[in-house]
Amino acid sequence: MADDILRIRTPIGIDYTWSSGPGSVGYMRGLENGKLLGRRCPVCELVYFPPRNGVCPRCGVLLADEVEVGPRGTITTFCVVNVPFLGQTIKIPYVAATILLDGADIGMQHLIQECEAADVRMGMRVEPVWRDKSLWTPSLENIMYYKPSDEPDADFDVYARHL
Amino acid sequence: MRDVAIVAYIEGQNTAATSQTPVEMIVPVIHEILKRANVERSDIDFWCHGSCDYMTGQPFSFVSAVDALGAWPPIMESHVEMDGAWALYEAWVKIQTGEAETALVFGNGKSSAGDMNRALTLQLDPYVVAPLWPGFRALEAMGARAAIEAGTVTERQMAEVVSRSLRDASDNPNVLAYGYRDPDELLDEPMTANPLRAHDCPAMADGVSAMIMTTADRALEMCDRPAWIRGIDHRIDFQNLGLRDLGRSNSAALAAFHAGVTKDKVDVAELHATHSHHEVILAQSMGIDRSTTRMMPSGGALVANPLMAAGLARFGQAARQIFKGNADRAVAHAAQGACLQQNIVAVLEGN
Ligand SMILES: [Zn+2]
Repeated sequence: MADDILRIRTPIGIDYTWSSGPGSVGYMRGLENGKLLGRRCPVCELVYFPPRNGVCPRCGVLLADEVEVGPRGTITTFCVVNVPFLGQTIKIPYVAATILLDGADIGMQHLIQECEAADVRMGMRVEPVWRDKSLWTPSLENIMYYKPSDEPDADFDVYARHL
Repeated sequence: MRDVAIVAYIEGQNTAATSQTPVEMIVPVIHEILKRANVERSDIDFWCHGSCDYMTGQPFSFVSAVDALGAWPPIMESHVEMDGAWALYEAWVKIQTGEAETALVFGNGKSSAGDMNRALTLQLDPYVVAPLWPGFRALEAMGARAAIEAGTVTERQMAEVVSRSLRDASDNPNVLAYGYRDPDELLDEPMTANPLRAHDCPAMADGVSAMIMTTADRALEMCDRPAWIRGIDHRIDFQNLGLRDLGRSNSAALAAFHAGVTKDKVDVAELHATHSHHEVILAQSMGIDRSTTRMMPSGGALVANPLMAAGLARFGQAARQIFKGNADRAVAHAAQGACLQQNIVAVLEGN
């Protein structure tokens, strides 16, 4: 009887086809082969890693030349995560940092491990720790995390305009 | 009221499925439209964008579209979760209020990213309609059925609209469907959503459309024969489908009345009729005589329907008829929602 229906479940779901776009193909193929490839803006010459939809947002033009960046970089800012939350896969406290890869002009987010959270600092030099090569896919997840590279800290001037 | 004109219009290449990201699709169109009006980015004092996040399934995807504009130094921009024609309306209001002089308006959509028949369902009433997943094709079929039963539209008229649209599309390089099909032949095809046949439904596309609008001070610098917006109005029917007669569009009639459509002859009409019966319903509601007005010389949205760009394209295509001197007075129309729920109507004049 219709009168008995108090509620119904109607799950919502749509499948999408996502394409990386030609501007990001090199970036993804690079990761698949253990290389970090960004792209340079032909106008302002800034190097983007990742190449953000293949476009320089500052100039509104398609990015041009592919540029290999990193693999080492400098921590520009960071955050120590002390709060447990649903779905958390890493033991707290841990550090999420913005890393300016050598040769890149925008920072990217990654995890910092193999050091105490209290030791992480602006200017700290880091290097990637890759997953086993047999597990590589066209994804930044090929890098499990970054760890201290034991080089001297970078001068503030080096990353001052990337904060 | 300030005199405002459309001075340039550009479409990106419509494709059935592009591998580009929406942002990559937009960039070259923005470059081209600036070149067409012979202006610099700094000449644009308002940017307005129309798109729909449900189409690509990326929340706030419209924010990434700003990457395509070169927003440094900062620009004044806005976005509508609607077809680009609604961005045009916002820009027109912005210019009327004196906050802007020259606006760049664009709409884009990547219909190939998902099943648009389902995705558009999410725009319906979220409590009692969307959870039933009616699908847009079925809703438009209900509208067509209602119109046929009311005697407003016949299946033959629908076939004639399709036949003419396909023929006109042969002269437009930016379409996905074209050719010479006799109405009798079209009527022999099977129905896909009774009473709609496959050709009564639009050729879905990925595409971008963009235009520049400005005031009387600068219009003649940017265009030899600007398309002056002499009247424009936007009206909405109930969102509740059960409270509407789906075989007509009261809001289109009201918008046309207030835009002044019937004050003089209409040389050309570009109506956003995504389904063949829409054209007949809209012309009747808006007071357009289809025997004396040149209907959709571009082929219309039936032959290329880049969602969220196709409505703005009607304004652009109507403006082109003025630019070229083919028309002195044109009507442009865009619709959104199920069964012509929302309608914008404008009258464009060459003088
Ligand atoms: Zn740049």
